[in-house]
Amino acid sequence: MGLDPSALAISVVAGAAAGLVGCFAVMRRMTLAADAISHIALPGIGFAIALHVHPTLGASAMLLVGTLLIWGIETKTRIATETIIGVMFSTALAVGSMITSGEALIEALFGGTGRLTPVEVVLGLVVAATIVTFILRQRHRLVLALVSPEIARTAGIDVARLDLRFLLVFALTIALGLRYLGVLLIGSLVIVPAATGKRLARNLNEMLVISVAVAVLSTTLGTYAASVLHREAGPLVVIVAATCFFASLLRRTPDG
Amino acid sequence: MKEGNALEVDAITVRFGRTTVLENLSFDVRRGTALAIIGPNGCGKTVLFKALVGALPHEGQIRWAGGTRLGYVPQKLDIERDLPVTGQDLLRAKARVSGAADEEGGLALDMVGLARELSGKSIGALSGGQFQRLLVAVALVGGPDVLLLDEPTAGVDERGQETLNDLIDRLRVERAMTTLLISHDLSVVYRYANNVLCLSRGHACFGPPKAILTPALLQEIYQAPVAFHVHDDGPRS
Repeated sequence: MGLDPSALAISVVAGAAAGLVGCFAVMRRMTLAADAISHIALPGIGFAIALHVHPTLGASAMLLVGTLLIWGIETKTRIATETIIGVMFSTALAVGSMITSGEALIEALFGGTGRLTPVEVVLGLVVAATIVTFILRQRHRLVLALVSPEIARTAGIDVARLDLRFLLVFALTIALGLRYLGVLLIGSLVIVPAATGKRLARNLNEMLVISVAVAVLSTTLGTYAASVLHREAGPLVVIVAATCFFASLLRRTPDG
Repeated sequence: MKEGNALEVDAITVRFGRTTVLENLSFDVRRGTALAIIGPNGCGKTVLFKALVGALPHEGQIRWAGGTRLGYVPQKLDIERDLPVTGQDLLRAKARVSGAADEEGGLALDMVGLARELSGKSIGALSGGQFQRLLVAVALVGGPDVLLLDEPTAGVDERGQETLNDLIDRLRVERAMTTLLISHDLSVVYRYANNVLCLSRGHACFGPPKAILTPALLQEIYQAPVAFHVHDDGPRS
């Protein structure tokens, strides 16, 4: 297996997108949600395979529907996001594992093999650019809403709409990395680099920069190592990210 | 909207499921005045603030004077203490979102008497008093006409409380702002407020501190005898 330049390009942009989205997911205490929400893609992949359409298309559609459902239930019932995601996650896992089987299920869980098509590469780059632009443009609104929805509201922010847009971008990030890392591992690319950034940074900009750096390092080094070791990239990407996080524990912070 | 009013609340009711938290509540706030909101825990003070900023559905009408800009100082923040978010991050975010210049953050810090270098620290590293001052500074960015303060001195030592209360009152006078203040400290209410809105299970009352803060009425509101210290220079007329 040689090093595929298009896979490398996608790994860089997917890393940047995941690193940025992850910062706000971690600060919003969505650490477990990131892992759980990715499972919502599973039935979508199953349906897509059954209907002979691209699995990522099915996964993206299911993530979109799932995200709108989570937001809708949360807004109407005021049940905690984590509870709703917990219910959705187990339901999706049950339905997904019933309709997806064998090799397709393993690929959906741990990431795909084979070269990306030109359409996949272009689509991946466009989606990643959309995610990066959203977070960079909305970061001030996101930080105010995170700290206090009332402060955000009095500053003219439609908090419910911003929450929905963030959840959609979050789902898009999961969809972007699915083919690459699979349902089980994509959550860690969103969370682990951001957790490393949170530990090392002294302010918001530093957290964004460190998180993106760790995520891009993980995806590129993981992809390169996969080509050298003739292994799947997904697990190697997560191992690099986790190594960065554990290394960050060596640095003393003011809190100890 | 009556001339000179900053806010008119007309028969608002807020419900959570079958529980009615506020019922048929009406009051007006004149521009440039200080309204204190008092009442026992759970009577709906914070709920009223959330309804006033449009964060909760309600029946009845809430009318702010045209072009009113609101500043909000929350009671507490539901975030982790170890976030790498600094005061500077918050001030910059508020300035960018409100369309104000970044320099307004520094000016707001000067106004609340918080050293500018402290704004570079993460918010979790600030003391209770410093943090409350920072929140007031964040509220001031964007040039609000009305400040809503939800127990701004909670968790602050006694000396810090006095300084913060003086600061809020000074800002109101100097910047001709209207302030709505939730407080449990009746001596502060007596000293600084022009009007008092008391919320209690089942009913509400509204009027100047001298008329509201009577032993009989306080007993009725809190269901227990309440005493408070009266400053020599209060209340305001």
